[in-house]
Amino acid sequence: MIKVTIDGIEIEVEDGTTIMNAARKVGGKIVPPAMCYYSTLKGSGGKCRACLVKVAQGSAKDPRPMPKLVASCSTAAQDGMVVQNITSQEVLDVRRGIVEMLLVNHPLDCPVCDQAGECELQNFAFDHGLQRTRSEFPRREFDIIDIGPHIKLHMTRCILCYRCTMVADQLTDQRVHGVLWRGEKSEISTYIQKAIENDFSGNMIDVCPVGALTDRHFRFRNRVWFLAPFDAHRHCTKCSGKAVVWLRGEEIYRVTGRKDEYGEVKDFICNECRWDHFSKTDWIIEGPRKFEGWSVINANKYDKETVELPEHLYSKLDNKKWETFEGVT
Amino acid sequence: MKILLDKVNVAGINSLDVYRANGGYASVEKALRKMTPAEIIEEVKKSGLRGRGGAGFPTGMKWSFLDKKSGRPRYLVVNADESEPGTFKDRYLMEHIPHLLIEGIIASCFALESNLAFIYVRGEFKWIINILWKAIGEARDAGLLGKNILGTGFDLDIVVHPGGGAYICGEETALLESLEGKRGNPRLKPPFPAVVGLYGMPTVVNNVESIAAVPWIVLNSGDAYSKIGTPKSAGTKLISACGNINKPGVYEIELGLPVEEFIFSDEWCGGIANGKRMKAVVAGGSSVPILPTELILKTANGEKRLMSYESLQDGGFLTGTMLGSGGFIVYDENQCIVRNTWNFTRFYHHESCGQCSPCREGTGWMERILHKLENGHGSMSDIELLWDVQKKIEGNTICPLGDAAAWPVASAIRHFRDEFEWHVTNPKEAMERNFGIREKIEVAV
Ligand SMILES: Cc1cc2nc3c(=O)[nH]c(=O)nc-3n(C[C@H](O)[C@H](O)[C@H](O)COP(=O)(O)O)c2cc1C
Ligand code: SF4
Ligand code: SF4
Ligand code: FES
Repeated sequence: MIKVTIDGIEIEVEDGTTIMNAARKVGGKIVPPAMCYYSTLKGSGGKCRACLVKVAQGSAKDPRPMPKLVASCSTAAQDGMVVQNITSQEVLDVRRGIVEMLLVNHPLDCPVCDQAGECELQNFAFDHGLQRTRSEFPRREFDIIDIGPHIKLHMTRCILCYRCTMVADQLTDQRVHGVLWRGEKSEISTYIQKAIENDFSGNMIDVCPVGALTDRHFRFRNRVWFLAPFDAHRHCTKCSGKAVVWLRGEEIYRVTGRKDEYGEVKDFICNECRWDHFSKTDWIIEGPRKFEGWSVINANKYDKETVELPEHLYSKLDNKKWETFEGVT
Repeated sequence: MKILLDKVNVAGINSLDVYRANGGYASVEKALRKMTPAEIIEEVKKSGLRGRGGAGFPTGMKWSFLDKKSGRPRYLVVNADESEPGTFKDRYLMEHIPHLLIEGIIASCFALESNLAFIYVRGEFKWIINILWKAIGEARDAGLLGKNILGTGFDLDIVVHPGGGAYICGEETALLESLEGKRGNPRLKPPFPAVVGLYGMPTVVNNVESIAAVPWIVLNSGDAYSKIGTPKSAGTKLISACGNINKPGVYEIELGLPVEEFIFSDEWCGGIANGKRMKAVVAGGSSVPILPTELILKTANGEKRLMSYESLQDGGFLTGTMLGSGGFIVYDENQCIVRNTWNFTRFYHHESCGQCSPCREGTGWMERILHKLENGHGSMSDIELLWDVQKKIEGNTICPLGDAAAWPVASAIRHFRDEFEWHVTNPKEAMERNFGIREKIEVAV
């Protein structure tokens, strides 16, 4: 076991734990945002740079600070390490820069995007970004394509986190899509528009932090904040059968994996659970799903008796330091 | 003093017979017959040889990090992906004296106890790939490669691998990915290649020129090498000089040569072409900060600037630059710094692998701002924005390409801000000049 201090809070974690996971053990505001890291996908992380933190003291043995900010999702904590996340102005400045970079080419078509309301980029920008971008140039454009019968790809919205390629590598038996070209021109694609057809392909939609991969059966049918998510399960031979069903009235609009407070699905579900069981009688409903994150999706959903809203859904706005909106013109 | 190129003008030196007749492969005989691997590593350490690929990391130290204990296979990978704008030295060396590289690889592999080496050659260098294969074939026929080299029991094979045509594949971990047949994305470090490298095995990645210096060190001892040059920059360095000079070309200099002498002496660059005045110099390939004449000839505190790692770095990023990979580009008074910066940035925009958001998005953004400024559509706030964007990239990326894209922009604004402002305040002239109208008019008159 080693001891790390993150924003002044000391915690004991196992050897080899990353700074990110150490922070998640503490929880709350000191957890760095993650746009590409996904704990259930091996090799994820390191790319988006949203999680950069300052290491003020390398370790007890070698107390020198690290010269650059480090990606907390892929840097192992050391015994005696002192990390600054929200207590470092430098980190917050850089993070604002990252938001801005991610939005340079992002279409900001949230009003017509299915992901709106449960979008990690929206949350990230809301928490850390400027209110307007300083980029005034045309954004990159791509055709909207179907990759297989279930998934629609809006490449313009993709932030190239590579999570979907890892799902394909690690959950399905064959990866038929990947990243083509390089740099700003990189795009997710199935080469020569091959179809993604696989029992676990739907998880790509769940891991996509933005609206780049959307569910073709759910597209444009509803806004997520009108739906009430419920934990539900069914007997399934392919997966755990543990899912979330999204209801409006008595109708199930969609089925997804169970995302935790970091937007991560721990038990991936199969396509049969996701797309073949839209009747309420197919599922055993356990109770309302509370999304602990920052999203709006728990707001105004259940009557007060059934669900207590997480406290910070209210407190968020009050605590919001309006200084972070400097740059508003 | 020449170490690498002293025999380059001998007729037929690219063939094994002539090369051997001129003392070639003596280091292989000495290393394999009379020395132990540990002794060679010790000599390389003593020599003070620093990596010639750009970062200047001490080669002996890199070799001593190689994981030998685990008993897994070890590889040497020679980085010949040379694609940095302004740098064209490895190509010259491989083209003219390929056996020097092969000789270096054999001696180095013996030291690293590695039985397989790769040369990752920039894909566009097709003819060089043929030259290398031919040289390797000759060496193999002579018993210098293959099984039981020179009867000593040491086995070694060399594979030449053509790169896929990406600058980023020169970054050592991207190179390894590419060599494995994958997309050339740099890996997260740690783990470093010395522990987890090619196919997950301990690997040393070295530049062509670093490896080519090894035979001399083996033959003449590390101490002798460390006496050449300056204490912190031992040995000789290939400099590829280009731009507005009278004698562009590849030169081998002893480190510590005054920059002024290098530019103006007839032995080297031969002064500025067409009787023009010098305006600026990029001393180590497009990635290093550009310096104006007064700062490249003398450091900020008035000392003579020397061609060495430490002297070029004097003053840090505020008034110094870096030796980098030795791509020496000289600009005369007619050259536009804004245009040059835009051109460099265009390169980095094109070459970013696109993994990390600051580099992927930032390089394109900078290019667009620079294009706007260069064409007379910019405003003063664009200069500030450009400064801010480069600052957000630098240090926040996975690999140093992000830094390499940010530094030229930062230094151009730092030292030539007036030129950026000129483009804002004289939009019409800026535009005309870029469309070449002015030159056309002058020619017509
Ligand atoms: C974007 C980028 C491109 C690079 N290109 C080259 C190259 O073309 N040739 C090279 O030798 N090193 C290149 N390097 C440096 C290598 O990563 C590595 O440091 C070097 O090959 C190590 O060899 P050395 O220790 O002998 O210098 C590049 C680095 C970066 C970040
Ligand atoms: S499509 Fe979504 S999951 Fe895939 S790389 Fe893009 S943003 Fe990430
Ligand atoms: S800095 Fe640029 S080139 Fe290097 S890994 Fe990141 S995106 Fe790729
Ligand atoms: S979450 Fe760490 S870099 Fe993306």
